[in-house]
Amino acid sequence: MDMPRSSTDVAHIGKSVVIKGELSGSEDLYVDGEVEGSIDLKEHSLTIGPHGRVRANVSAREIVVHGKVEGNLNGSDRVELKRSAVQVGDIATQRIVIEDGAYFKGAIDIRKSDKPQQKPVEPAKSYSSASATGTSSSQPGLIPQS
Amino acid sequence: MAFGFFKRGGSAQTAEPPAGGAKIVRRSSGLAELNKLISGREEMTVLDLGPTSPPNIRYLTERGHSFYNEDVLLSSFDPAYTIKDDKGNPAVNVEKFLAENLRHKSEQFDVVLAWDVPDYLPEPIVKPLVDKLAASMRPGGVLLAFFHTRDAGPDAPYYRYHLAGTDSLELQRGPQFRLQRVFNNRHIENLFREFANIKFFLARDNVREVLVVR
Repeated sequence: MDMPRSSTDVAHIGKSVVIKGELSGSEDLYVDGEVEGSIDLKEHSLTIGPHGRVRANVSAREIVVHGKVEGNLNGSDRVELKRSAVQVGDIATQRIVIEDGAYFKGAIDIRKSDKPQQKPVEPAKSYSSASATGTSSSQPGLIPQS
Repeated sequence: MAFGFFKRGGSAQTAEPPAGGAKIVRRSSGLAELNKLISGREEMTVLDLGPTSPPNIRYLTERGHSFYNEDVLLSSFDPAYTIKDDKGNPAVNVEKFLAENLRHKSEQFDVVLAWDVPDYLPEPIVKPLVDKLAASMRPGGVLLAFFHTRDAGPDAPYYRYHLAGTDSLELQRGPQFRLQRVFNNRHIENLFREFANIKFFLARDNVREVLVVR
């Protein structure tokens, strides 16, 4: 069974704790209590445990939801809704994983990475050719273009 | 309010689906026609009115479309919308339901996947909900809906629909919602009178597929 992550190197809000206000930090966070307001973890990850009840907009690198959220999720890298998740609010992220059984109401906005493509380093020998950078292909419409 | 409703093990009509939820794959002429109509269109905005479907989310977002999900059938059974009618029987507070659901901008959606939701919704909600959908769709937008035929019977099983290709659907048994009514073709035409075009397709499993264009 996939248990929510909770270890000593993660800040932990227990299920009896209630927080109202703006929550921000520079470490990973595990929330199993109640949070109302906003949560901003920038480049860190947030896990909302099975007893977690969040009424807030959330911003983090990675967001994993086992509990209940009423608010928008902005996961710069990834958002995952586990089967027990109840998410009411919009989701913006690069990658999304939703387990069967999760409840979701809102919009999903998949954002491609803003990081610029790295140019290949030119080799020292003058007669070697540079390799081409890969580009992602788009698939317009619901039908793949033949 | 949302947290109170979403306690697991609520009313019988929101019971957990049977264990094993085997999936059936079938061809959908309505879906095939919908794909023909929208062929070549990019970055569409799609509204799915069924239960949260990971395959649908994956299928549509991988193709660059924006995705909205709103399980209006489940919402319609939220105790927060239940009132008593003149005879003391439970009824739906239609005004409150419409004020708190499908709150979208005008002309926002290119595609609406209504599945067979209208067949299972409480009667007073159906027409106002369809009218609200019409207002939220762009001109030229397409709505796909399924309606059971009379042969389906009142115990017609409720399925979740998952996109499985340009003309295929995966059907998965869902919670045991009860079929509320059977629409005939005239009723369906009346229901979608705000739409410009309507097309019928007969599917197997006693279902008519209907494609309407805003």
